[in-house]
Amino acid sequence: MQISSPAFKTNARGALADPHLQEALGHVRSGFIDKRQKAVDALPEFDALRESARAIKDHTLAHLDLYLEAYEEKVKASGGHVHWAETAADARSVILDICRAVGARTVTKGKSMITEEIGLNEFFEKEGIRPVETDLGEYIIQLRGEHPSHIIAPAVHLTRDQVEADFRRAHNHLPPTRDLTEPASLLSEAREVLRAQYFAADVGITGANFLVAETGSSIIVTNEGNGDLTQILPRVHIVVASIEKIVPTLADASQILRVLARSATGQEMSVYTTVSTGPRRPEDPDGPDEYHVVLLDNGRSSMLGTEFQDMLRCIRCGACMNHCPIYHAVGGHAYGWVYPGPMGAVLTPSLIGVDKAGHLPNASTFCGRCEAVCPMHIPLPKMMRHWREREFARGLNPATQRYGLKAWAFFARRPRLYRLAASFAIPALSAFGGARRRFRYLPFAGGWTRHRDLPAPESRTFLQQWRDRETRKQEART
Amino acid sequence: MRQETLKRPRVGLFVTCLVDLFRPTVGFASVKLLEEAGCEVEVPMAQTCCGQPAYNSGDREDTIAIATNTIKTFEEYDYIVAPSGSCAGMLRKHYPALFKDHAWEARAAAFSAKVHELMSFLVDVMGVDAVSAAREGNVTYHDSCSGLRELGIREQPRRLLGSVLGLKLKELKDSDVCCGFGGTFCVKYPDISNKIVEEKAANIQASGADTLLAGDLGCLMNMAGKLQRQGADIEVRHVAEVLAGMDDGPAIGGGER
Repeated sequence: MQISSPAFKTNARGALADPHLQEALGHVRSGFIDKRQKAVDALPEFDALRESARAIKDHTLAHLDLYLEAYEEKVKASGGHVHWAETAADARSVILDICRAVGARTVTKGKSMITEEIGLNEFFEKEGIRPVETDLGEYIIQLRGEHPSHIIAPAVHLTRDQVEADFRRAHNHLPPTRDLTEPASLLSEAREVLRAQYFAADVGITGANFLVAETGSSIIVTNEGNGDLTQILPRVHIVVASIEKIVPTLADASQILRVLARSATGQEMSVYTTVSTGPRRPEDPDGPDEYHVVLLDNGRSSMLGTEFQDMLRCIRCGACMNHCPIYHAVGGHAYGWVYPGPMGAVLTPSLIGVDKAGHLPNASTFCGRCEAVCPMHIPLPKMMRHWREREFARGLNPATQRYGLKAWAFFARRPRLYRLAASFAIPALSAFGGARRRFRYLPFAGGWTRHRDLPAPESRTFLQQWRDRETRKQEART
Repeated sequence: MRQETLKRPRVGLFVTCLVDLFRPTVGFASVKLLEEAGCEVEVPMAQTCCGQPAYNSGDREDTIAIATNTIKTFEEYDYIVAPSGSCAGMLRKHYPALFKDHAWEARAAAFSAKVHELMSFLVDVMGVDAVSAAREGNVTYHDSCSGLRELGIREQPRRLLGSVLGLKLKELKDSDVCCGFGGTFCVKYPDISNKIVEEKAANIQASGADTLLAGDLGCLMNMAGKLQRQGADIEVRHVAEVLAGMDDGPAIGGGER
């Protein structure tokens, strides 16, 4: 997909001026937060579960090679194939080969952010293969030619009215007088349209929430059941997953599952949790003839052992963006690539480079709400700050910011000079504020005064006044 | 009273650069509250800023230079107190990380362990549960992010406000959501910051309070500036001003219309 992260500021301005988007974002603010809180409050051991989930992932990441190899062995033993893909291009070409080998013309897809990361749909279309998204949100944005704006709610940037209009445009074989006012009617119409596609598909592609080393299984969680139909009905099932999805055992996976849905949607569990292991065996009533796993690295292994390793604990619940004031203001598309919100602000620079994604870790107030709700205790603000450090070291931030900062630091490092400069500047600025005691405009403070008044300094600085007070006290004593 | 049986603790007031430059009243209010709580307060002249602007801009070299000066200036005190959750969070939580594997690691850790935000120092360390102030009217309170999430400051200011005669606290909807200040964020991304503070201002106006209080001057200046731009008739003050009974002068940015 096209990267527009360098244009974050422009994207954000567009997002702020888009009334449909702003209406839709209101639902993010009101929906996810309360539901998560209720689910967390109802489970006294939630914090203990978070600790154990973190420990599981930390342990796994410390022995990642071991668990990945063990997983590969188990997949092979169950009759499946594992393909290692170092880059997005490697993954695309492996997937294409598998599809070509069975003469695939239509591919159904369960929801997968990794296939977004490797730009699979655009690639398929160029290669003459028709990808069909089966998750309702993904289906809607595919109709619109868009990308997900949220990692678990891909169409959260749209209002119901917009979706109705898209359905009427796309499903023009259905009677135009039909009633689509209820969200449920939109869902059943999508199901109706998609049903035929499941049977037409030669290959089904899903992501994975977990890969289990102990059994060679992949696990997906869904709410619509589309993932099951995607992976059971076609002849070939391809799982596309990144390497950090691995956990040692089924017990580990179920431990993390207990924090996943609660953090994501406030459900105790998602409606479907589907475990798949290898292709159909003779005694199985259904299942694919071929089972492939494409394991994507795409830059993740280079995060190991760095200050960004903790990011690999992420289980993609979306809680960080659901609680992020920046995400609430501009939505997911403004971030300009696959992963939005705080997790995107840390992960995106790792995957596409901080030179392109530098705005993302900067566009944060460090309010810390993301870290507070993260089920895996990922220190997101701290890692955004690490990106800022790398940017600063490479001289990537704008010259005006650097010089401004350096000028301020020059004084902050020199207390006498700081006091001297402040003792002249502050009373002058205070007087300049006049009887209104604030500024509607001030040179060099345009970023502030464009949207709000700037309070003027009260009078002289506190340190000046304190010193005078202490001097008077001493004089009184002598 | 405990100050009669114990030696009065020596407190170094880290006044914060914003209070020093923009709102000295908060500094004097802090001194008054600390003295009333039985502390001996000193204000070392060699203080400047906690270093957050550099730290959060990725400039470690300047941050360490500024932090070194702060530690040197304050490490002799029993306690270091700042009337700001964000600056106290920087001194208490981030300095140890900053000096990890540095020659000053132990020195920084010893310094940081003595740092407290004003409200939590009064309540949690000095055991203050009431003040002798009075103010008629309805106030609302914004929980600044760093104080709330880094230092766990929530109940302390509410408890002290509860002892102010005549004051009624009207809780603010989404009081724990960021006001959009974020230090340099508000000037680097002014449009996004504006969107966030607009939401905050709407909640403040809907609270029915005549006064907005908080514990961090950056957030207060942001919210005050927005409310004043909108022409709202709401006074904005640091919580210490009300608790110290030093709330009779002009409010933040509050002059003629």
